[in-house]
Amino acid sequence: MEETIRFELNGKKAEMILDPNLTLLWVLRNKFGLTGTKYGCGMGFCGACTVLIEQESVRSCMLRVSDAANKKIFTIEGLARNGNLHPVQKAFIEHDALQCGYCTPGMIMNAVGLLLKNPEPSQQDIIKDMENNLCRCGAHIRIIQAIQAAAKEMKGGKQS
Amino acid sequence: MKKRVTNDKEAVKSQELSGMKRRDFFKLLGGGIFIFFQPWDPSELFDFQTQQRRSLPTEFNAFLQITEDGMVNCYTGKIEMGQGAITSLAQIMADEIEVPFERVKMVMGDTDLCPWDGGTSGSNTIRTFSPRMRVAAAEAKTVLMQLGSEYLHVPVSELEVRDGIISDIRNGKNKITYGELAKGKRIEKHLDGKPELKDYTKFKYVGKPYLHQDAQLKVTGEAKYAADVQLPGLLHARILRPPSHGAKLLTCDVSEAEKIKGIQVVRDGDLIAILSDDRDKADEAITKVKAVYSFDEIKVDDKSIFERILKAESTTNIVSSNGDIETGRKISDTLTESEFHNSYVAHAPMEPHAATAMIEGDKINVWASTQAPYRVQETIARELNVPLETVRIRTPFVGGGFGGKSPHAQAVEAVKLAKITGKPVVVAWTRQEEFFYDTFRPAAVVKITSGMDKSGRITLWDFNTFYAGARGSETIYDVSNARTTNYGGGPVHPFGTGAWRAPGNNTNTFARESQINIMASKAGIDPLDFRLKNLKDDKMIAVLKAAADKFGYTPAKNPSGRGYGVACGTDVGTWVAHIAEVKVDKNTGHVQVVCVACAQDMGLCINPQGTTIQMEGCITMGIGYALTEEIQFQGGDIKNHSFDTYEIPRFSWVPKIDTVIMERKDQAPHGGGEPAIICLGAVIANAVFDATGARLYQLPMTPGRILAAIKKS
Repeated sequence: MEETIRFELNGKKAEMILDPNLTLLWVLRNKFGLTGTKYGCGMGFCGACTVLIEQESVRSCMLRVSDAANKKIFTIEGLARNGNLHPVQKAFIEHDALQCGYCTPGMIMNAVGLLLKNPEPSQQDIIKDMENNLCRCGAHIRIIQAIQAAAKEMKGGKQS
Repeated sequence: MKKRVTNDKEAVKSQELSGMKRRDFFKLLGGGIFIFFQPWDPSELFDFQTQQRRSLPTEFNAFLQITEDGMVNCYTGKIEMGQGAITSLAQIMADEIEVPFERVKMVMGDTDLCPWDGGTSGSNTIRTFSPRMRVAAAEAKTVLMQLGSEYLHVPVSELEVRDGIISDIRNGKNKITYGELAKGKRIEKHLDGKPELKDYTKFKYVGKPYLHQDAQLKVTGEAKYAADVQLPGLLHARILRPPSHGAKLLTCDVSEAEKIKGIQVVRDGDLIAILSDDRDKADEAITKVKAVYSFDEIKVDDKSIFERILKAESTTNIVSSNGDIETGRKISDTLTESEFHNSYVAHAPMEPHAATAMIEGDKINVWASTQAPYRVQETIARELNVPLETVRIRTPFVGGGFGGKSPHAQAVEAVKLAKITGKPVVVAWTRQEEFFYDTFRPAAVVKITSGMDKSGRITLWDFNTFYAGARGSETIYDVSNARTTNYGGGPVHPFGTGAWRAPGNNTNTFARESQINIMASKAGIDPLDFRLKNLKDDKMIAVLKAAADKFGYTPAKNPSGRGYGVACGTDVGTWVAHIAEVKVDKNTGHVQVVCVACAQDMGLCINPQGTTIQMEGCITMGIGYALTEEIQFQGGDIKNHSFDTYEIPRFSWVPKIDTVIMERKDQAPHGGGEPAIICLGAVIANAVFDATGARLYQLPMTPGRILAAIKKS
């Protein structure tokens, strides 16, 4: 049943012997201790578990770990480089784009995914792409502003 | 934290602190200067004591610690769930004790370290707790000045303090820091005086905008929530749940579940749980448990609940009364009778209830997602029949509460399972469990009979609120014949209900402010003018005018076709007024809220940035209960399992939001996390009426209800 699963996790090679049917969300949280990725609904409705796989934002609660095998995975813990926060992370702080913070990692990962495919999104592009990430505290306006600010900051491709 | 030897001669006789032995307490905290204070009035404690039958620390049960590195640690039983108390309390502390803002550390919600607290609810952190904390900070400063005076051999009157450094006014080089004063010492001071508070004109931090101090942790994923605690041997639990409230377990067959490798089945009375190292395995195994239930069918659903509420045998409580209702009826030229409904609404925090429990010897350690760590401690001690001090609750960051995280069944479950298995256990509810066990905002009915004379003066106000609760039910208008009656107490709800952000007030304000617009429309008067004509409350008039200015409001008889709504109210000592603009698609019934202007008078505003964010959050969340949020159920069967059928606000729903915070630095601070949500039902209903001429009497105003109302209008 169990097999060796390999992938690149936050820029480092990772491998583990485990049941390939395990959910990526729980593997990240419980086997790798990356608890920044949150369980919100387990059905792909809320986006709290969003991670990047091959630069695309995906719901880790809807994936088996084997679906991520041999791929590059980024979680919220892997966004900062050499101690420097990612522009989206910085912009979330500067725009106070969070309250309880539980949806925040998923929001940020989804936003990074958006900016990777669309570096200059319009406000409508942002709303459309973020629409299925839910926030109960009501930080939406500031999240949109933070993503716009990060997009500006990232222009020139200094950091992705 | 380093341990230090006591050399203090002023230490008072041994006493219990927070149910914990004093010796252990100082072992945990190390040295420094401790300032104890009493943050509660005995009258406030009385309610809690009667409710919870616990004896509480009698004297000083809150404190500050000035450490030898010059940090001010403030220990409070309040918790941080996104409302920003971690930031605003630190601002108050820094200002009053005179240290740089960065030198204040808030330690929150740990029952071994923090003073007893009734829970983080009712906007009490700032309006009730913070003024006393502020007094303590001021008195702590006095103590530090005295110590400084002894050390520097300069009288206190000739000393000044800035940024935690006490210096001789005449010789600036003669100085000492708070940290140096604390070095190698354990000094305890118990405060009961009335120190002079800093004049508001001298505030350095209070009243200035501060970003969330926990943001760095939250954007990096380092912020820990209750299910994030990593412990060796941790087991993930899934618990067998009944299909509906009121169902009783008859038989249960776990044989299929047991075939799955790597799981453990626990059965303790009706508690049947599957535990595993892998959450996935517990998830899978729990679906294999075959259980048979008996159903005690409660014949009520989301449509018939309102009739049930009105027919229930209720207790009647006159909340307020002035003049005479019959006289009011006689002198009124126009009478308006209305009945307003609102459905059950879920808290739906993004973090479902979670708790991690670990038992070490006699000590029960729990990390809980809770608004009320001390209540969790009491429940666990009672359920397990162990002394209070053996239970330690730590409250990591809480992923949203809104009133729903005062109940804490998940923590009891985690502790029971940890005890049975002998291993640490995490119970993290699924979204479906969160919906099932949520203590919903109650379905409720409000019946109003109101009257006015030919000039549009309100002459009668008979307000009857059923099962919403009394908060926000009293009229804010100047009416000579008014009565407010609160009905409740009967067993009407087929499942749990509880406090939901501004409990009662959302329902009552929806009804009152809708009724006011109905009357204004009948009188042919603009709804803002109608309010101003019938108000005497200067603060209400001021916030209405401020919101109108911000919005750029111009008066018009409703329905004007513009889609403008007005509403106002008070909550937890704060005045709010909202003006909104909506667009209504008359074919689909879809409502888009275009913009909302909100003015708020909360007295002294500690953190304008945090307040603005709370107002934005209130308005955004309020759009949900106004337009879509409604629990569907049949008897005890909750039909909503996730966000597909229970729709909360999304990015595309959010309007442009403009906020005004009234400048009231000279006044006491009041609530900020709840008031701005109370008007959303009415302000949108009134705007929908203005756009379409259709009056909505039920929340949420779903497209179906809007189309039906348009048809009727």
